[in-house]
Amino acid sequence: MPFEIIEKSQIVPTIHNMIISAPSIARKARAGQFIILRIDDTGERIPLTIADFDREKGTITTIFQEMGKTTVQLSKMNAGESLLDFVGPLGNPSEIEPVGTVVCVGGGVGVAPVYPIARAHKEAGNKVISIIGSRSADLLLWEEKMRDVSDELFITTDDGTKGHYGFVTDVLKELLEGSEPISLVVAIGPPIMMRAVAGVTHPFGVKTVVSLNSIMVDGTGMCGSCRVLVGGETKFACVDGPEFDAHEVDFTLLMNRLQMYQDEEQLAMEHYEKCSGDGCQC
Amino acid sequence: MSVLERQDMPRQDPEKRRSNFDEVAMGYSHEQAVNEASRCIQCKKPLCVAGCPVEIDIPAFIKCIADDDMEGAISELKSMNALPAICGRVCPQETQCEEVCVLAKKGEPVAIGRLERYAADWELENKQGEPEKPEPTGKKVAVVGSGPAGLTAAAELAKMGHSVTLMEALHKAGGVLVYGIPEFRLPKSIVQKEVEYIERQGVDIQLNSVVGMVETVDELLDEYDAVFLGTGAGLPSFMNIDGENLSGVYSANEFLTRVNLMKAYQFPDHDTPVKNGHKVVVVGGGNVAMDAARCAVRLGAEEVTVVYRRGDDEMPARREEIENAKEEGVIFRLLSNPTRILGDEKNWVRQMECLDMELCEPDESGRCRPVPVEGSEHILDVDVIIIAVGTSPNPLIPKTTSSLETSKWGTIIADDNGATSKTGVFAGGDVVTGAATVISAMGAGKIAARAIDKYLNSNNL
Repeated sequence: MPFEIIEKSQIVPTIHNMIISAPSIARKARAGQFIILRIDDTGERIPLTIADFDREKGTITTIFQEMGKTTVQLSKMNAGESLLDFVGPLGNPSEIEPVGTVVCVGGGVGVAPVYPIARAHKEAGNKVISIIGSRSADLLLWEEKMRDVSDELFITTDDGTKGHYGFVTDVLKELLEGSEPISLVVAIGPPIMMRAVAGVTHPFGVKTVVSLNSIMVDGTGMCGSCRVLVGGETKFACVDGPEFDAHEVDFTLLMNRLQMYQDEEQLAMEHYEKCSGDGCQC
Repeated sequence: MSVLERQDMPRQDPEKRRSNFDEVAMGYSHEQAVNEASRCIQCKKPLCVAGCPVEIDIPAFIKCIADDDMEGAISELKSMNALPAICGRVCPQETQCEEVCVLAKKGEPVAIGRLERYAADWELENKQGEPEKPEPTGKKVAVVGSGPAGLTAAAELAKMGHSVTLMEALHKAGGVLVYGIPEFRLPKSIVQKEVEYIERQGVDIQLNSVVGMVETVDELLDEYDAVFLGTGAGLPSFMNIDGENLSGVYSANEFLTRVNLMKAYQFPDHDTPVKNGHKVVVVGGGNVAMDAARCAVRLGAEEVTVVYRRGDDEMPARREEIENAKEEGVIFRLLSNPTRILGDEKNWVRQMECLDMELCEPDESGRCRPVPVEGSEHILDVDVIIIAVGTSPNPLIPKTTSSLETSKWGTIIADDNGATSKTGVFAGGDVVTGAATVISAMGAGKIAARAIDKYLNSNNL
């Protein structure tokens, strides 16, 4: 049974919003979980974090960035078209408890998966301070949505075109040094940002949770492609995570493993460009 | 008394098959099949039937082939076994039906597996009979997992008239038959046809359904009268040695899933890549290790080595598969055990350190424990490592199901009929026994189906 794309739009350059009809997944989805999709019969399985869900309409929202062949192909699809496979919800949901003040940090496309977590913390009665960042103002996404679920919202851009000129960690550090006690930091973004966040919060002893975006195949614990080292122990991001204690994660290993198929990704992209549209030479 | 020799199976030439994924064993010709079938002496008390986990009337189907009654042969097979084309290929007949064949006492046993395959392939090519549709019982059963246990249980339950929904987490039905066993040993088109037959029996297959996440077993019980769990042993084990998470180190599950299910051997026409090094080491001595090693050969590795900590006799893989691997150039480093994996500055695997082992005298259990030879550390150059040292059941379902008892190994505890600690929930196959064979899982699926039928017909409901 194919899964229909209900809505598809570009939010900012290279980053897209896609709403998929998947009632049984929408019924169960919770903040922090992910789905795996496959476009067509020759497609690869890719994991995407659930950015939102609507139980009544039976839809799942995902936000993705054009990174390689599959996400570029996905970016060219439109409402009314369908994905061949869409499976989930996978992974453990975020732990949401009344803890006090929670800082939610989202970097780049990572703002999207932070959104439902921020919302859940807000609904649980926590004070939510959000820091969202991007390379540049035109790449910043979901500012209004984040504002709606945050008590305070900070914006940072690498080039200073909006908000604080610098990184999310600059603002985070100031908050940690301030008078308000912070119980929890949740950070989702590029691994290098998550590592920096872990580095900033560690001296303050503030519990910090990151969501890891390892390479996956099945997403149900079967293959071990997504293994990460957490506290010196091998864990599977798909079934043990995707969220882990940031202070225990071996980010170097994560980043190295994410590079594993760099050459093949390039080859797949070239093959796709050659074979899509009128230029096919197959 | 028969005078004919056991008919050899035509196989693809090793040199040629090293570079393709086509099936290695090419199947009997009609003449060979009839000749082989005529070797069967039709024992009055056939031992072979007792050696078959799904109780096929072996002499009966073989007699049909000898009499050139192919429809008769397939109907004998299908009455007991929903998946004959698969069993004919991957069953370890040499330790089951063929081992106890009377002819084996003086010479070679009847090639029961090859004949089963011949009959099943004949049906797939010439006719796929419409399955009989029994009177519906009105009872609903959910079968979780579409591997050998689940497919068999679903087929048997459908034959009994129950309404069966088969749930599979992946995007294709077949479980290990599609993600694990390679094309050259079990063509996926054959699995597909067997699955389609089961669908024609009325089984509703729901792909992309991860039970435990999208619906729990407790929720299934609200909707269905009984549940069968055939979720296999899908969680790969590692060795817990240094360097196991370096880039280029795979679990056999991942390597085989990329190659078989995702068709990485057709990359980039298929999107999923797989790394295949120049020097590949596969750790382990079972069928999965042989499958991984032989895939690596076909992907173009210059050197593929199986590293196994015991000796040749102790390798759990089928002899036939070990021989096939050797013919294809796979090197066997026996009595050798990895101790750590070394990488370069970019985190890529480069070397593996091994220790020589020696086997002690067998202990009371009859198993020789390998003991390291002190000071025998040595280094192998390698750029891809595939770890095939076993699997255990996926904890997802036990974790999300109330009052379902499991063992300390994570297997679901079930009695001889597949009944678990939870009323209405049955289980069978690797999820109960730990990693075993396709046919033992099918046997368990069949036994559980009978128990489910009995349960559904009892007054409890």
